Parts: sequence; C-alpha cells; structure tokens
Amino acid sequence: MLVVVTVVFLLIHLIPGDPVAVILGPEANAQQIEDARRELGLDRPLHEQLLRFYARLLRGDLGRSYFLDRPVTQALWERAEPTLVLMTAALFVAVLIGVPTGIVAGAYQGSWWDRGLMTLALLGVCVPGFWLSLNFIYLFSVRLGWLPVAGYASVLQDPVAAARYMLLPAVSLGFNQSALIARIARSCMIEVLRQDYIRTARAKGLAERSVIFLHAFRNALVPVVTVIGITMAILIGGAVVTEIVFNIPGLGRLIISAILRRDYPVVQGVVLLTAAAYMLINLMVDVVYAYIDPRIRYA
Amino acid sequence: MPESVAVNESAVLAGAPVTAAGARTRLVRRLLRNHSVVIGGSVFLVLVLVALFADALSPYSPTRLYPAQRLKPPSLSNLLGTDEFGRDIASLVLHGSRVSLLVGGVTMVLTSLGGVLIGLVAGYYRRLDLVIMRVMDGLMAFPAILLAIALMAVRGPGVWNVIFSLSIVYLPRTAMLIRSTALSVRELDYVLAAQALGRGGLAIAFRHILPNCVGPLLVQGTFIFAYAVLAEAILGFLGVGVPPYVPSWGNVIASGKNVIREAFWVSAFPGLALTLAGLSLNLLGDGLRDTLDPRLRRE
Repeated sequence: MLVVVTVVFLLIHLIPGDPVAVILGPEANAQQIEDARRELGLDRPLHEQLLRFYARLLRGDLGRSYFLDRPVTQALWERAEPTLVLMTAALFVAVLIGVPTGIVAGAYQGSWWDRGLMTLALLGVCVPGFWLSLNFIYLFSVRLGWLPVAGYASVLQDPVAAARYMLLPAVSLGFNQSALIARIARSCMIEVLRQDYIRTARAKGLAERSVIFLHAFRNALVPVVTVIGITMAILIGGAVVTEIVFNIPGLGRLIISAILRRDYPVVQGVVLLTAAAYMLINLMVDVVYAYIDPRIRYA
Repeated sequence: MPESVAVNESAVLAGAPVTAAGARTRLVRRLLRNHSVVIGGSVFLVLVLVALFADALSPYSPTRLYPAQRLKPPSLSNLLGTDEFGRDIASLVLHGSRVSLLVGGVTMVLTSLGGVLIGLVAGYYRRLDLVIMRVMDGLMAFPAILLAIALMAVRGPGVWNVIFSLSIVYLPRTAMLIRSTALSVRELDYVLAAQALGRGGLAIAFRHILPNCVGPLLVQGTFIFAYAVLAEAILGFLGVGVPPYVPSWGNVIASGKNVIREAFWVSAFPGLALTLAGLSLNLLGDGLRDTLDPRLRRE
C-alpha cells in the first residue's frame, strides 16, 4: 500500500501543467500565482510535499480539491453512490448470465448448446463495451424510446427512475464480464466432471441432474469465485468509460475531469480508493474461498 | 537460432533423436489443424492487408470534408454513409485500421521486449526480484484504462504517446509471465548442466531459459495486441488518444456518439471493425495457447 501511495503521488506530480494557472485563468498576475501556490503548498520541494501527504493521509485527510471547493473525502463520498450502484448492478448481470451459461455449456460439453453458447461468449468477450452501450442507446432509447438516453437518479430518492437509468449501463458493463465468467465456469465444470468422485456418483446410480448440481457445481465454483473477484477489479476500470457514455455522475467522471484539470488531491483520492478497493476484493476472495472449499485453511 | 539449440538439447536429454526441422514442421501442422488459429489468423491477415492498401481500397480521402454530403445514410456512392463533416465512413474505417494495427503491433513488440528483459532479470537474479516485482505490483494496482488515461494526460495526444502509455500499462503482465516461466525452468536439470559447464548467468538466461518462454510470450503478445487495439479505441473515444483529425476507430465512434439520434451508422461500422479485430485476435490467441503452451496442452 505504501508503494502504491508513493507511486500515485509521484506519477501525478510528474504531470506537466500547473493547477494554479488553470484555477486563476490567464489574467492572473505573477503575485497572485505566487500567493496561490504558497496557499496550496505547491511551492515546497517535492519530497516535503510527499512527507506532508503521508502525514495527512494517516489522519484520514485527503486534502481539499483545487476546483470543487470542498474536501476530497466529501467529494469522493458524494460521487461514490452512482459508481457503487452501477458496479453492483453490473456484477449482478455478469454473474446471472455468466455462471449458468458456463455451467450448462460445461455440463453438456460438445453439444450444440455448448457450441452455441461458447460462440456467443467469444463474441461477448470481443465486443467493446462502450460501443455496445451506444448500440443499446440507439436501439432502446432512440428507436424504441423505452429507456432514457443517459443520466442518473438516486436509488434512495426514486428507485423506479434509478432502475430505468441504470438498466442499460449495467447490462452493457456486465455483458463483457459475463462472457469471461462463462468461459471460465465452463472449463472448471469440464475439469470437475472428469474427477473420480463424479464417476462414483454416476456409478451409484444418481440422476445426471443431481450429479451436476449437487456434486459438480459447488466444486466448479471455487475458481469461478476468483474470476468474479477479478471481474470486480475490471469493472472498476470499465465503470469509468460507462459513466462517461451514460453521463453518470460517479467516481469515473470525477477522476477523468480531475486528471484533465490537474486537480491533484482528487486524482490521488480516487486512485487510493481504487487501490484500497482492489485489496479489499482480494481479501474477500480469499475468505469466500475458505468458505466454499473447506480444504483451504490458512495456517 | 537459439530456438533450434534448445529443441536439440532437450531432445538429446529425452533420448529421442528428433531434428529441429522435423519438430518445426510438426508444430506448423498442428497449428494448421486448429480451427481457431486458421480462422483468426486469416481474418487478421485480411485486416493487415486492408491496413496496407487502405489508400487503394478507399473510395474517398478519409480527411477531406464534403459539407454538402453530411450525415448521409449508406448508399451506393457512400457504402457505409457519411459523418457530420461529410467524410466517407467506409474510407474512415479502412484507414482507421492503420492506427489500430500500428498501436496494437508496436505495443505488443515493446511489451514483449521489455517484459522479457525485466522478467528474465527478475527470474534469474533473485536479489533484484523483490524490488522489480513490487514496482510491477504498484503498476498493476490501478485499473489498466485509468493508468493509460493518466499517462496520456502526462504525454498529450498522439499515436506514439498512445503506444508508450499502453506499453507501460501492459508491461507488468508480460514481465510477470516471463518471470514465472523463468522461475520454473531454472530449476530444470539442463540449466544446472549449463551452470556446471561454466556458462554465465546472462548467457543461461538468454540461450537456455528464453527459448522456453517463446510459446507463452507469443500467446500473451496476441492478447496484448487485442487489449491494445481496444484500449486505443477507448482512449480515442474519451478524447485523450490520437488527435481527433486522425482517422481512428475510436475517434469516429466518439463523433458518432454525438449524432447517434440522426445517424447510427457513424458509430456502428467502426465499432463492427473493432469487434472483428478483437475477435480475430482472441481466436488466434486461444488457438495458439491450445497448441503452443505446454502447461495447458491437454494430455
């Protein structure tokens, strides 16, 4: 984590371009620029800025945004809801489509079902998410007029409107990932069905259905959980693009505008939050692992 | 060629007098029997030819504006329609393949070279390993597309800056792969034999360990090619990739986003080309992995 924090800090401060010049505009005189730089602490040497940054970070203070006129933690908090809703919905879509598809294809390996579903999954992996979003907008919003083109409504204030706004982004973001999950789930299923205990289950006369659902399914899930973890990590990146396409006021749009305006504290804040989320996800994957597969116990 | 040396040595060790040429012919035959390789490879070859002969194939210049012809639907004179400036979409898509393939190809080469260098050093010199891998971990802690956007903000728009950014973003994956391959190979007997013969560390790394990495490297390279083509389009779509006046798939899709209500064809066709490119590369990568990667080859 310390490495990540330092890399983020250095990378951001290496971006040429002066935030002060952007804030004050082209009319500012040299004295104003000097004052503003001092006020923001940008006149100090880089290593001193870095140390101050560590110190503030330990107190849970991410600094103030140069442009939004509020603390970064507050800005993050305000923008977190849309992104969280979007990611949860997309993950739901991805798992809901991906896992059953992969299990069916794997259970009936070589059948027409398998081939059809896997061709679809291959297409699903290759279709660019942002382009898929545009096609969805054209079809469902422009042509059929069923759903709004873009925008966002808070789930807490108006759940129905929120669902209408969120449906297309969630499906287009989740679809790529569902294809990935399906492919992994299929190969895990095939792997599991080759094991001896499956042969035993069949030999004792169990119906094929209970062999697949009671014996194979749970064991095939272990690697799938890892993939779902990876999926969540990829979704963080994908959410940025989706938020731009659908004009959702989330963390993704926040960081893009912050990068383009050199709003250092905000960029740092979002990136740190992302990195923390990554690590949390990995931890969760390990915990779920031990729960699904009792053989895995960490000493 | 170092490759043939390695094949001979391992063949001698295995006690089977197989010639390098014979091994290569069998490999080619196995590749040609794989449908994914053949289909993906052919489509990809067509794309390369299209990129090479884009000028001859295009009915119009992709950069000349015909304001009188703006937003015309597909017709006989403009097979795929025109965009908001009256540019011919077919010509734009044909020329866009150049940027995509250039970015994908050069990124693949750069990440492979860098990844081999870093991976071999980390895998063979254990002391440097810890430092190098922490840096790689740090780079991988961000979503790929966010890191690419941040780097583009540092460098500014341009084809070579896109290539540079994407190479940095995808380098750690290749480095990790080469490192893990090197780690498993360096324990093998023939490396010990080479050490006993007094070979230096670098010579062993490059002459004896590297040839074993060629298969996985090629597979990884194909997928990085696919990622890079997609990422280039996303950067163009977000407005931080190649400059807007350069015909690239991402740029054309971005301009299509603004006119999606009137003219779906502006974004539809470049997106289709992008999907096709991704599909061919993914097929090729899947096929190569099944044939080349001994760890994944079915027994």
